[in-house]
Amino acid sequence: MDFSITQDQKMMADSLSRTLADSVPLERVRRYAGDPADAGSDIWSAIADFGLAGVVTPEAHGGLGLTLLDAALAAQALGRAVTPGPFLGGVAAAIALNEAGSTDQQTRWSPKLASGEVTAGLAISELVAGARDGAGVTATGGKLTGKALFVTDALTADLFVVADRGGNLHLVKGDAAGLTRAAMITIDQTRRVGELTFRETPAEPLGGPKTLARLRDAAWVLLAADTLGACEVMIEKAVDYAKERRQFGRVIGSFQAVKHMCAEMAAELEPCRALVWYAAYAFDEAKDESSLTAAHAKAHTSEIGRFVARTATEVHGGMGITDLLGLHFWFKRVGLNRQLLGGPERVRRLAAQVQDLAA
Amino acid sequence: MDLKLTPEMEAFRDEVRSFLQTHKDRYAPNAGAERPREAALEWQALLIDHGYAARTIPREYGGYGAEPDILKSRIISEEFTAAGAPRGFANQGISMLVPTLLEVGSEEQKKKWIAPTLRGEVVWCQGYSEPGAGSDLASLQTKATEDGEDFLISGSKIWTSTAAQADMIFCLVRTEPQAPKHDGISYVLFSMKTPGIEVRPLKTMTGSAEFNEVFFTDVRVPQSAVVGGRGRGWFVANATLKHERGMLGDPNATEARFHSLIELMKTETVDGRRLIDDPVMCDRLMQLQARVLSMKFNGLRLLTASMTGESAGMAALVVKLQGCELNHQIAALAIDALGELGVLYEDGPYLRSKGSWQRSYMFDLGLIIGGGTAQIQKNIISERGLGMPREPKLASV
Repeated sequence: MDFSITQDQKMMADSLSRTLADSVPLERVRRYAGDPADAGSDIWSAIADFGLAGVVTPEAHGGLGLTLLDAALAAQALGRAVTPGPFLGGVAAAIALNEAGSTDQQTRWSPKLASGEVTAGLAISELVAGARDGAGVTATGGKLTGKALFVTDALTADLFVVADRGGNLHLVKGDAAGLTRAAMITIDQTRRVGELTFRETPAEPLGGPKTLARLRDAAWVLLAADTLGACEVMIEKAVDYAKERRQFGRVIGSFQAVKHMCAEMAAELEPCRALVWYAAYAFDEAKDESSLTAAHAKAHTSEIGRFVARTATEVHGGMGITDLLGLHFWFKRVGLNRQLLGGPERVRRLAAQVQDLAA
Repeated sequence: MDLKLTPEMEAFRDEVRSFLQTHKDRYAPNAGAERPREAALEWQALLIDHGYAARTIPREYGGYGAEPDILKSRIISEEFTAAGAPRGFANQGISMLVPTLLEVGSEEQKKKWIAPTLRGEVVWCQGYSEPGAGSDLASLQTKATEDGEDFLISGSKIWTSTAAQADMIFCLVRTEPQAPKHDGISYVLFSMKTPGIEVRPLKTMTGSAEFNEVFFTDVRVPQSAVVGGRGRGWFVANATLKHERGMLGDPNATEARFHSLIELMKTETVDGRRLIDDPVMCDRLMQLQARVLSMKFNGLRLLTASMTGESAGMAALVVKLQGCELNHQIAALAIDALGELGVLYEDGPYLRSKGSWQRSYMFDLGLIIGGGTAQIQKNIISERGLGMPREPKLASV
């Protein structure tokens, strides 16, 4: 019995954080966020060079052959550094190929995804978070028609995993006929989402509703891990600031009112870590508990994430809301993670359904 | 992460199961605050014989004498819970005094007190808090003045559970009034039958007297009753206070209570509809489930840390604060889900769960306050966990 992350996993996460600090410092994130024309290809190269593009792809297909827990630890490090890039879609595409891809599809796509040469976007929002404004995709005779919203890296991805209205999944190439892409501007400029419109767009099938549920669970865990990492940093920054900032002749961190804000953030966030670890572990090793724990990880870290994001900002006083300080990059990252692929209430409904507590 | 058990541990689990199956008819709960009855004493003796109570206490002091094995302890705990079997006694004598004696007691004190305490023959109460010394425990004023070979103890204690039934008390008293407040305290053991002791029940908002006040007037206690050295009482007590805080946020107990809440919401109806079918109530239930699971997995993380001897850091510091609050919230949801029926209490034809949800809701508020208030916990988390400036030296920082 061992409920901890291994030494290797710790080293991987630390090493990734160092790489990101060197290659994708906050100034780089800031430039990406401020310039829609910046494709961030150097950022993705840094991530891909680290091997993360193929973290869950089998070694036979050029990946690292690791688990969702490893991917979650990477997502946590990416959240810590508010790093842009198509990591979520890449892991989801790899899982879809691992679990539902034909040998031919795996041979054609998995190695390219694993090397980072091909990037992937995830278009399952209508099936998971619900369809808005008539969005949804219909598949007829191997061709897709309709639109998908909140697609990750919609403008730049080379390949999309698309769910149709029946919950079946399809692979669509970025340059496929009849596919148009448009940006959706969100609060979080460190990740880009958008709208895909399909007009008789050719697609190849890649699994059904069971695979979709697996992608949903994996994506929920990764979003939870991203929020966990972002919140860790927000607490660290708040505590550091409270130890430096002086008012009334003393550091504000010596005021119990401020100490208790920090203590509450830490007390709320720390148990989330074990929940995210377990949900990630269950995805591979305790599959019957995977949907329940992934849902709780997603919903609960979103709730705690909102509390930490606002409280950490408050601890910084007026500086907290300035662009100069940049704390808002984490604040907004947490905000997007909360709604993307379902807000807490919707996700908890699924948690109730999978244990037959709700219809 | 590898939550599978080795074949050795699976075999151990089978062993515990078969013990529980074989001795089903001897289950005897220790009746809360009451003195244990004959059947409970026998059950406790059986548990010690088989290593399911006093497991790691050395044989020479009346325990089972096994090597500490946290995983086996956990398996025992899980199997007893699953079978609905009463655990061994977990009173303050066993959970707080015995570890203290093992750590700092004299050989004579260990020989004299540990075995009868484990068997349930000697019941203890804890004399720590005073009316003027709660969160600031070290400012306690109960004084012990020398009188020949003895101390004469005068003062009062409060929040003393089991004082009425107790044979003995382990008590913090001020022996060195001139010393700095942390250095003038001694930890002494004496009989509750000693002349000069008066116990008054302290009735709480639940309607029961779960606690007592204890008054001492020139209570004569031999100086040899000091444990761990005169003036060392603060450090002796602190070594074991951590056991109490760990006990107060036990995630297994919380999970069991959460399962009762699910059952309640699946079986109770309003307007012919199950409580769980109200989407608002169901959502609140799911919010709590996320917290229950978080604390359960946090507990597994702590378990692993204690097996490998690593410090669990923040994961350990948050248990009392988060665990007690969660228990309170579970009771709160049960009451809200029951609605008007949720305020029924004590007795009556419509009463649900014997009124236990209201009792928990009120009693658990006491646990949020006791054993280090939520505010003290937040001081500890911010100071030890986050390295923020310490209280009360605020002005000098």
